[in-house]
Amino acid sequence: MGYQNKVAVVGAGLTRFVRRAQETGKELCFEAARMALDAAGLRPRDIEAVVMGTAPDVFDGVHMKGEYLADGAGGFRKPYMRSFVGGGSGVFAAIHGWYHVASGHFDTVLVVAEEKMSSCLPHPQAAFNGIYDQFLERPLGVNLLWIFALEMNRYMQVHKIPLETIALVSVKNKRNGLDHPCAQEGIPGNYTVEEIVGSEVMVWPVTRLMVSPVTDAAAAIVMVSERVAKRISDRPVWVKGVGWHLDTSYWTNRDLYYPKYVEYAARMAYDMAGITNPRREIDVVEAYDPFAYKELHHMEGLLLCDKGEAPRLLERGITARNGELPVCPSGGLLGVGNPIAAAGLMKVAEIFWQLRGEAGARQVSRPVRTGLAQAWGDLMQVGTVVVLGV
Amino acid sequence: MSVHIREYPGVPLRDRDLQEGRVLATEWRVKAQYAWDTGAALSRFFRGLKEGKIYGRWCPGCNRVMVPPRMFCEWCFRPTVRWVAVRDTGRVNTFSVSYVNWDASRSSVPRVPAVIELDGASPGMGIMHLLGEVGDTLEEILRRVRVGMPVRAVWKPPTERQGAITDILYFAPVEGPGGGENG
Repeated sequence: MGYQNKVAVVGAGLTRFVRRAQETGKELCFEAARMALDAAGLRPRDIEAVVMGTAPDVFDGVHMKGEYLADGAGGFRKPYMRSFVGGGSGVFAAIHGWYHVASGHFDTVLVVAEEKMSSCLPHPQAAFNGIYDQFLERPLGVNLLWIFALEMNRYMQVHKIPLETIALVSVKNKRNGLDHPCAQEGIPGNYTVEEIVGSEVMVWPVTRLMVSPVTDAAAAIVMVSERVAKRISDRPVWVKGVGWHLDTSYWTNRDLYYPKYVEYAARMAYDMAGITNPRREIDVVEAYDPFAYKELHHMEGLLLCDKGEAPRLLERGITARNGELPVCPSGGLLGVGNPIAAAGLMKVAEIFWQLRGEAGARQVSRPVRTGLAQAWGDLMQVGTVVVLGV
Repeated sequence: MSVHIREYPGVPLRDRDLQEGRVLATEWRVKAQYAWDTGAALSRFFRGLKEGKIYGRWCPGCNRVMVPPRMFCEWCFRPTVRWVAVRDTGRVNTFSVSYVNWDASRSSVPRVPAVIELDGASPGMGIMHLLGEVGDTLEEILRRVRVGMPVRAVWKPPTERQGAITDILYFAPVEGPGGGENG
């Protein structure tokens, strides 16, 4: 793949994850964007282009909300584009920012991701039903959790994974989230496996504490060319690889036990980064964890372990913050909250902070040089991967 | 969040703030109507359901019988060429037990969504539907339903069918030896 420029991340920002934020979406964008610019030591006038990642318009009841949010992201009178691949949007926005700079077209790009889900009453669940086929599936009275519960059960059945093992992801991430200053009130905590499994059954096998909540937040990063990075930053974090991939929307025609699209996205990113042995070469991972099983599912898709092996790594503590392969040291979506697109970009920002040694109480104990952020979305069909390194 | 950042913007509000009118809120009901086309493949599929038949579509490139049917094969990217009636029996690929309604409100009566691989379609070609006659409580359902279990469609009476996916009321377990093939 041919591209012109090396690309660095030089600043990141994040708002608190809150439900029914007092701030509008634009105001949340402004806060995150301002923090990222401050961190990079740049002013809005230094930014040549802005990328917005934000998921369904239907949450906000604002159509074309990419354009609506442009002001808050500093995107007016600038080249501005929105990227939207459902839950994959946050990481895809970073990829989008990467190719703006890698192409040689821009030297400085601000990437902002926003989600304000709580405007949608009584629950954004209902707005999500529109992702199902209007003839084949919606008449059955679907809700969004079904596909995840079906996928989770398939994964459990194929590999004979007990529910208690999957619940360990919630235990780990909710505990990690205790150290995140932006975590949503009431979401992180010290829970036992029994409490996770014993919480309200929403759509078996998914219980309430195995699903991430509705949240409002924004995240932002600043991406610059090598030339600018060397001038303005002591510790740039380089984009080593990016990958993205889409599977068929005939989701019932796929074997749900394994996310092939994540593997393809990962392979694309690894090829670009020159990574031949991801298990050894990746030091810290922010896998997408809107549901507990998803972290395990995605670790396998990311080729960090064999199919069906992720639960064993989890049980052995390898994916703990002080383990050999820390996964979601931030607390992830289960421990911090899930403002869809912002949660994805938060994962990129977390890897940035981890690689700079700026993650504070969340800093992983092993030395880290290479990290990975991944997100996923739509009808379980989108994989987006970014590999960062120092 | 970085150790260098000291302030974390974002102010939470509670449901109560909204209910007690401390938040200016507006309500907007979307008034949208759609006249969707079912398309060539699903038109035939739904006409089939009205007659109590389930149709798939065959691709000469990869030799797959695909359900739901489509007029093109997304693998081979060429037109599919033949209708194939598959059986109304199959096996459960995966299932779940739902206590949540479409709008996230809770239901005390569980429903059992499943992906069902129909006999006569290519392996892995499942459709989503509901299971029925499998119990009323989570315990009963988990005792009765298993992945790989043979099931058969329970149809609405012919006069009540509308050419919709709901012409099949649900799939029920097929009991006894040889279940799934002959029912």
